[in-house]
Amino acid sequence: MRLHLNRQQVNGLVWQIVVVAIAVAIVGWLWSNALHNLSVRRISTGFAFLGREAGMPIADSWLAYSPRDPYARAFIVGIVNTLRVAVIGIVLATVLGTLIGIARLSSNWLLSRLAAVYVEVLRDVPLLLQLLFWYVLMQGLPAARAAWKPIEGVFLSNRGLVLPAIPIEEANLWVIAAAAAGLGALYLLRRQLVARQMADGKARPLWPYALALLVGLPALVSFSLGASWTITLPELRGFNFVGGLTLAPEYFALLIALVTYTSAFIAEIVRSGIQSVPRGQWDAANALGLRRSFVLQRIVLPQALRVIIPPMTSQYLNLTKNSSLAVAVGYQDVVSIANTTLNQTGQAIEAIALIMAVFLTISLGISLFMNWYNARIALVER
Amino acid sequence: MTSITHAPQNPLPFDARSRRTPAGRAIRWLRTNLFASVTSSIISVLLIALLAKAFVSLVQWGYWNAIWIVSGNQTGPCRSIRGLGACWAVIPEKYRFILFGTYPFNEQWRPALVCLTFIALFWVSSRRNWWRKELVLVWAAALVLIGVLMWGGVFGLSYVSQDRWGGLPVTLILATFGLAFGFPLGIVVALGRRSKLPAIRSLCVLYVELIRGVPLISLLFMASVMFPLFLPDGVNIDKLLRAQIAFILYAGAYLAEVIRGGLQAIPRGQHDAADALGLTYWKKNGLIILPQAIRHVIPPLVNTFIAFFKDTSLVLIIGIFDLLTTAKTSIIDPAWQQFSVEVYVFVGLIYFVFCFAMSRYSRQLEAQSRPG
Repeated sequence: MRLHLNRQQVNGLVWQIVVVAIAVAIVGWLWSNALHNLSVRRISTGFAFLGREAGMPIADSWLAYSPRDPYARAFIVGIVNTLRVAVIGIVLATVLGTLIGIARLSSNWLLSRLAAVYVEVLRDVPLLLQLLFWYVLMQGLPAARAAWKPIEGVFLSNRGLVLPAIPIEEANLWVIAAAAAGLGALYLLRRQLVARQMADGKARPLWPYALALLVGLPALVSFSLGASWTITLPELRGFNFVGGLTLAPEYFALLIALVTYTSAFIAEIVRSGIQSVPRGQWDAANALGLRRSFVLQRIVLPQALRVIIPPMTSQYLNLTKNSSLAVAVGYQDVVSIANTTLNQTGQAIEAIALIMAVFLTISLGISLFMNWYNARIALVER
Repeated sequence: MTSITHAPQNPLPFDARSRRTPAGRAIRWLRTNLFASVTSSIISVLLIALLAKAFVSLVQWGYWNAIWIVSGNQTGPCRSIRGLGACWAVIPEKYRFILFGTYPFNEQWRPALVCLTFIALFWVSSRRNWWRKELVLVWAAALVLIGVLMWGGVFGLSYVSQDRWGGLPVTLILATFGLAFGFPLGIVVALGRRSKLPAIRSLCVLYVELIRGVPLISLLFMASVMFPLFLPDGVNIDKLLRAQIAFILYAGAYLAEVIRGGLQAIPRGQHDAADALGLTYWKKNGLIILPQAIRHVIPPLVNTFIAFFKDTSLVLIIGIFDLLTTAKTSIIDPAWQQFSVEVYVFVGLIYFVFCFAMSRYSRQLEAQSRPG
C-alpha cells in the first residue's frame, strides 16, 4: 500500500508535531528545573515520606488516628473527612435545593418570592465569605455550659452541634446491610412484577413484598443478633458533652455553607427542569384521567430529570471540589492535610499530586455514576 | 367584548365588580396569590409570621440597637451591646483598609480611580452596540491606564510595589485579567478540542480535564508553592502574578468548555459553506463559526464570569490581599475583633452588587436573544 497524503494532511501532521514538540519542551524544561531545585534544597522526590511519622494532630476524625501514625494514615483520614462532608453535603443540598426549586414555582406569591431571594442572595456572594460568616457565627454561640437547647437532647454551642445518636456496633451494621439487600431485592422484584403486568395487564400489589423485605427482614436480623437501638442522649459533664453525636463547629460550618450555597444552584436546575416539561404533557395526562401523583412520577419527572441530571452532576462535582475550602476554617480535609504535609516535608509535587489523584478519582466516580444514571433515564428513540 | 356590552342586564359577579376599585383589586390579588387554597393560606400565614419576626429582630439588631459611630478605638459601647445590636462603627473606621489594603494612604485616590475605570470598562463592554473590534483597543488602553495608576513611577506618580496593593482593586485585577487572558486561551483550547488532529485534541482534553478535575485551591497552592520550584535559579515571579497565572489557566479551562458548547450548536452546513468558499481554517473559524458560537453562549459565559469573580476570593488561603483578605485582616485589631459579622456583611454586599448586576445583565441578554 502506498502512503498517500494530500496537502491538508501534511499540514495537519506538521501542526501536530510542532505543538507536541512545544508542549514536551516546556514540560521537560520545567521538570529539569524542578529536579535541579529539589536537589539544591535536598528534598528527595518520591512517595517514601508517606511511611514517616506525621506528627500532625487531627482533631476531628472518624477513624482512629494519633499524631504518631504515618503520613499515609493522615491522608486516609483526610480523604474520609472530605468524603464525609461531600457525601452528606450532596444529599442535603439535593433535598434542600429540590424543595426550594419547587417553592420557586409555587402559585403562592410569598413563597416563590422568598425562594427567589434565597437563590439570588446565596448565589451572588462568594462561598468562602459565606463559610467564614457561618464559622464566625458558630464561634459566637454560647459556651457549652450555656448551650442552646432547641429540643431535648440537641445542644448548640461553640463546641458545635450535639445530637442524640444510636451507637453503631457490628450487629447494627448487619441490620443496615439486610435493609440494603432488601431494597435491592425489592427493586428486582418490582421489575419482574411490571414485566408480568405488561404481559397480562393485571396489576399486582407491591406493598406486601416491600413490607416483608424492608421491615420484616431487618427486624428479623436485628432480633436474631440482639442489636440494641437505644438512643443515647448527650449530657453536659464538666465543660464538655458526653455521649451522642458531635458535629464540630468547623465541620458544621462547612456543611451549612456548602449545603446552602449548592442548594441555591440546584434549586435553579430543578426549576428549569420542571419548566422544561411542556404544559401539554400535564393536559394529556389529565385527559387520560390519571392520578396527579402518577402523572408527576411517571410522566413529568422522568422528562424533567433528563434536563436536570447533567447540570446536577456538575453541581455535585463543584460541591466536592468546594469542600476543599475547609482549609480556611481548619477542618482537616485531604487538601488541608496535604497542605500541612507540604509545609512539614517540602514534598510539594507529591502532596499536590496526591490531591489531584484523590479529586480526579472522586470526580470520575461521580461522573461515571451520573452518566450511568443519565443513560438509564435517557430518551430511547427509534 | 360582546360579553361586556351585554352584561349590564345581569348584576355583575363579585369578582368583576371588585376589579374596579383599588381595594377590590388588592383583595383579588391577595386571593389569587396568597390565599388561593387552604394549603396556600396556611403557608402564607406561617411565612408572614416568620418574616415579621425575622424582620423585627433584624431591624432591632441592624438599626434600632446599632451603633453607627464611635470616636477612635473606643469600642466599649459596641461591646456592651454585642449580640443585641450591630456595631456599624467598624465600617467607617476600617473601610479604607478594606477597600484598598495597605496602599499608601495619601495615594489611595489611585486605586479608587482604578476601580472606577474597571466599572466603566465593564459597562462599556456590556453595551451591545459597542461590540466591535474597537472594543479590544478600549480594553488595551484601560488595562494600560490601570497598570500606570497602580504601579505609578511615571507622570510624577510615586512608585507603589505590588506587595502593597490590596482590597477591591486586587479582586478586580485578578478577575478581569484572568478573564481577559483566559478568554482567548479558552477559544484556542475549545477549537483544539474539536480539531481533527488527534495529538492536539488529546492535549486540549488533558488540559481541560486536569484543571476542571481538581479544586481551585490546589491550583493556587501549586502557584504559590510549586511554581517557584519549576523555574530556573534566580528567576523569581511575584506572588500576585503567580496567582494571576493560575487564574488564567483556570479560567481558560472553564471558558473552553462553555465555548465548546457553542461550537457544537453550529450546524454542519456552516462549516461546509465556509469550506466551499475556500476559506482557511483560521478564517473560517474567526469570521463565521466563532462569532455565531459565542453569541449562542453569552448567558452561560456571563454565569462563568460571575463564578470566576467569586472564586478570586480564594486567594485568601494563599495570603494575597484581595477584598476578602483585607476584610478578614481588618478585624485582627483587638479593639474591633468581635465585629467580624458586620465587616462580612459589608464585603458581602460589595460582592453581591457586582454579581447581581452581572446576573441581571445575563438574564436581560437571554430575554433579548429569545425569539418572539
